[in-house]
Amino acid sequence: MSELVVKAQGLTKVYKLFAEEIAAVNNIDLEIRAGEFVSIMGPSGSGKTTLLDLIGCLDGITAGRLEILGTDVSHLNESRLVKVRRGQIGFIFQDFSLIPTLTALENVQLASYFAGNGQAKDTLREALEKVGLGHRINHLPKQLSGGEKQRVAIARALVTRPKFLLADEPTGHLDTENSQQIVEVFKRLNEEEGLTIIIATHDARIGAQTGRVIYLQDGRIAS
Amino acid sequence: MNVVSVAYKNLKRKKIRSALTVGGVAIAVAVLVSLIGFDKGYQQSLTANVDKMGYQLLVTAKGCPYEAATLMLKGGGGLRYMEQDIFEKIQNDPRIDSITPQLVSTVYDPDRLDGQGGFAMYMGITQSYLTLKPWSKFKSGGWFSSETAEEAIMGYEAAEVEQRVVGDQIYIPSIDKVLTVVGIFERTGTQDDGIIFLPLKTTQQIFSLAGKLTGVGIKLKNIYEMAAFEEDLYAEPGIQVISMAQVKGTILNLISSAKILANSVALIAIFIAAIGVINTILMSVFERTREIGVMKAIGASKLDIFKLIWSETVLICTLGGILGSGLALLGSGVVEYVLKQILPYAPTGRLVLIEPVLLATAFAGAVVLGIVSGLYPAWRASSMRPVEAIRTGE
Repeated sequence: MSELVVKAQGLTKVYKLFAEEIAAVNNIDLEIRAGEFVSIMGPSGSGKTTLLDLIGCLDGITAGRLEILGTDVSHLNESRLVKVRRGQIGFIFQDFSLIPTLTALENVQLASYFAGNGQAKDTLREALEKVGLGHRINHLPKQLSGGEKQRVAIARALVTRPKFLLADEPTGHLDTENSQQIVEVFKRLNEEEGLTIIIATHDARIGAQTGRVIYLQDGRIAS
Repeated sequence: MNVVSVAYKNLKRKKIRSALTVGGVAIAVAVLVSLIGFDKGYQQSLTANVDKMGYQLLVTAKGCPYEAATLMLKGGGGLRYMEQDIFEKIQNDPRIDSITPQLVSTVYDPDRLDGQGGFAMYMGITQSYLTLKPWSKFKSGGWFSSETAEEAIMGYEAAEVEQRVVGDQIYIPSIDKVLTVVGIFERTGTQDDGIIFLPLKTTQQIFSLAGKLTGVGIKLKNIYEMAAFEEDLYAEPGIQVISMAQVKGTILNLISSAKILANSVALIAIFIAAIGVINTILMSVFERTREIGVMKAIGASKLDIFKLIWSETVLICTLGGILGSGLALLGSGVVEYVLKQILPYAPTGRLVLIEPVLLATAFAGAVVLGIVSGLYPAWRASSMRPVEAIRTGE
């Protein structure tokens, strides 16, 4: 059996909104193994993004226990969490989140720089070629289509050779054709390279193409 | 790739805002460089002017010492007269190395300066003048033919302004007198360049000031005897003694309050520039909150973000420092011109002295300003929690 990438027990995240406490993630038990392609689905406000933030070590948990790649991150502070994130977790956001002043290549290079990896042009170019953008490396984000921007974001996430990818509504800003192209990129990375991918989506057609669907409702796993 | 290149590209994102902030720093640096340059240049020129007077003490008729100091430096006569007897009495004091009597008179000449009109300054001197001012060399011609000759020696600028050469005749309108130019001095870089020199006795005679002097310049054999010598001179009635060190101090005192005001303005300019830089960078940080969150998500540490934002501030101030130093260097001529118009007394020579050391110090100061101003915005940015930063910008 492959190693555990994510292991959550009673995972809870509570936000305080004035006097009210809201459990965005409520007592979740979850295991995700290396090589899985998992989608987290559910309606708006069901806790998909919060769960992804916790798995991505972007936020601390309120209660329960969370292990990422075998490390207990339940009580780590931000400076420790960054060490877990760096180079091990790749992030893809709904709005692409590229740095507008940097070219496609430089956006990828920046992630490599922050991760403390080498900045050899060949490696960076390879990451962009892997997502079919080898011919657009010197273009600024504003010169790229939505689908191309998201592929640069995927290349940026891949360049640090992460153990798993987290994608929050990666097709939310794309049309059907571009959405499918992005999903195909994910499927290929999962099938050919065995990369673990966890995506949050509300699109059932995308969920249907992943290996496992986790359905959230009111911060709990419904199915 | 490094943080500096990313920071530089970030600054280019809002070109006008960045340019205005750089401009603010540049103006503050330029003001500071000009003021320090003025402080140094003025003191240096004043010292050079005073030293080139050749004497350490000036005896004049009793009056306002400030007025006397300023007028003597400007080359003008206090136009209070003392009796020549005093000169006769003290000239043989064994402590004196050299001594020269002077009689100054100014005459308004309506034809001067191409018909604009202006004052011409005449100074009656004796051969001892050349002993006290050995750097006064003749460009052409030579000394007066006799002590009573109706002849003139022109300072370099006086000759230039009136376009005179040796052998020309000059006319003094108010007293209807014609003098022959027998010599022209080389440029000395002092107020003497603008004076027309006559034999002392001739001056006393043609200006009807027989037995009168406006001043006596004295150089002592031993400078340490100055205090005692001054004390002795004060025994004489109707005179005052001004040491050149006093003159220098008096002039510096006169401009010191203006300098305090100007320095305050410079400090305020720097403070405002620093606030401007902090404001610009903070605004930029808040605008890029989500971007900073994403950078943290993809692996940037607190230190990475701190260095990035800090670099932007230091870059702005470094560019401002370079621009401001250049501005001060190029604009020093204009500043000098303006200062010469508004100052009560401006010595000859460079008033604004901008040396490489000053430019280097100003540049280093601008970099330090960037380092200090960048601390808070960089700390704010680096302290952002990634999840909050990412969600804030959504």
